Amino acid sequence: MSTPPEILVPGKAGEGEALVLTAPISFWGGVDPKTGRIADVRHPQHGEVIAGRVLFLPGTIGSSSASAVLMELVHNGRAPAALVLHEPDAILLLGLIVAREMGWETPIAVRLERGQFDTYRGTAVTVAADGAVSVAV
Amino acid sequence: MSLALSPEEQAIAAGQDGAGMAMRIVAESARLLGAPRLIPIASTHIDGALYHGDSGTLFAERLVEGGAKVAVRSTLNVGALDLMGCSRIRLEEPQRGMARRMMEAYRKLGCEQSWTCAPYQAGHRPAPGSDVAWGESNAVVFCNSVLGARTNRYGDFLDIACAITGRSPDYGLHRPDNRRARLIFDVSGLSPSFLASEIAWPVLGSLYGREVGDAVGVVTGVANHPGEDALKAFGAAAASSGAVGLFHIAGVTPEAPDVETILAGPEPEAVIRVTPQMVAKARAGLSTTAAGKAIDAVAIGSPHLSHAEFDSLERLIAGRRLTVPVYACTGRHALALLEQDGRRKRLEASGVVIVADTCVVVTPIMPELSNGVLMTNSGKFAHYAPGNTGYAVLYASLADCVESAVLGKPVFTDIAA
Repeated sequence: MSTPPEILVPGKAGEGEALVLTAPISFWGGVDPKTGRIADVRHPQHGEVIAGRVLFLPGTIGSSSASAVLMELVHNGRAPAALVLHEPDAILLLGLIVAREMGWETPIAVRLERGQFDTYRGTAVTVAADGAVSVAV
Repeated sequence: MSLALSPEEQAIAAGQDGAGMAMRIVAESARLLGAPRLIPIASTHIDGALYHGDSGTLFAERLVEGGAKVAVRSTLNVGALDLMGCSRIRLEEPQRGMARRMMEAYRKLGCEQSWTCAPYQAGHRPAPGSDVAWGESNAVVFCNSVLGARTNRYGDFLDIACAITGRSPDYGLHRPDNRRARLIFDVSGLSPSFLASEIAWPVLGSLYGREVGDAVGVVTGVANHPGEDALKAFGAAAASSGAVGLFHIAGVTPEAPDVETILAGPEPEAVIRVTPQMVAKARAGLSTTAAGKAIDAVAIGSPHLSHAEFDSLERLIAGRRLTVPVYACTGRHALALLEQDGRRKRLEASGVVIVADTCVVVTPIMPELSNGVLMTNSGKFAHYAPGNTGYAVLYASLADCVESAVLGKPVFTDIAA
């Protein structure tokens, strides 16, 4: 199964276990920039690690430093394998845009309707260079 | 509609220098946001100078090496160090050196050394209706809602890129139509005594943010102007629990002389009637632990304390000695006045730890404790302290925070909604 691609920020194609967040997250204060662990005790996926996962984001909230946290995750090699967003989040994705300007390898970010997220829960997911999201075989 | 850059903007973006990098970042963000063009801005407030790791320092230094300078007035949000030397920051090398290099790079780019998350109380108040590019969620919401200037929620790095180019993407809250309210948040069902209490505004802000997300709403049922510090606390809490960039309060904030004027259509899309039960739940949700026998610290000043808030703190302490420290976070603008008549020394003698240029949730200041309990009157500290400091949080009014700090154990005054 695959869906029509819409690339938000181009980057390296990624494959990894899906991590579908069930609530919006604030990257700053919510994700440890050194490890990629979800540190927000109030978040339903508290304790999960986003590094190397295909991260499905229903939305982001809170601080405007989300971009800094995402860029730091990229710099530390702890970024998600790919990001799948319900809607383009300019604050978060700026972390990828600036990391690309710095010449660092960044994961691809694509847009996908939130209603489709559940299809991928518990599976290994591939996000291809053309933005196509599919269950890895 | 796709983005169209002017010939001048295109020429800058093609450059290999710092200005070119800044223009490409602004343009790429504009494309992502679906903005048709870039617009000139009057000022920026920059959140990007807070150390989150080496990548941000390397980026700022790349801009400096590229000869970039800010084109408009640019104030700086908090950094990771207390350059005024009021408090001891437990940031170790090499992080400490990288944080200092980052702060220095932003100074070289031409930014003002304001180092505060409340620039609007430090003399940076853009004119109503002007376009600006501000970062730091509480500053953004205050700038839009209370000052009536126009900004989106600018993330780290886009803020400095806008400052260097003097431009920002034309979208979102820069456009008057997007500033109209679609929701009503009606607090007329709450008691006047609760609305007059200090905790009303951070608690309501926390509830508001969770209810509206990123939508623009108008608060109704507020009879009297609650004061600028109350609006500051409301906005900060709302921007922590939701993605609020602009709120209106009918009869209070500048774009909402009344409900009819600010509503986007003849009818709101939703009306949230706030009940005392909803308030009680929101208030309880700000604490992450039950009140035990002791607390380890009190933290106040998110956003940074104003002069008036220091007056309240001093009045409540009333010359007593604190059992546990009160970390009072502020900017150097407020510090200057505190220094004038020995007030700072008196506060410090009673056990207050003044934190300037930064705050306790963005850099390690409080001792590392495995089961620490922090009391705060700030909705924003309540939101971020557990994740960023490891302390569990008890939420209370400033009066209760001070009493608890004097006694070393949590005390609560009942304030019914």
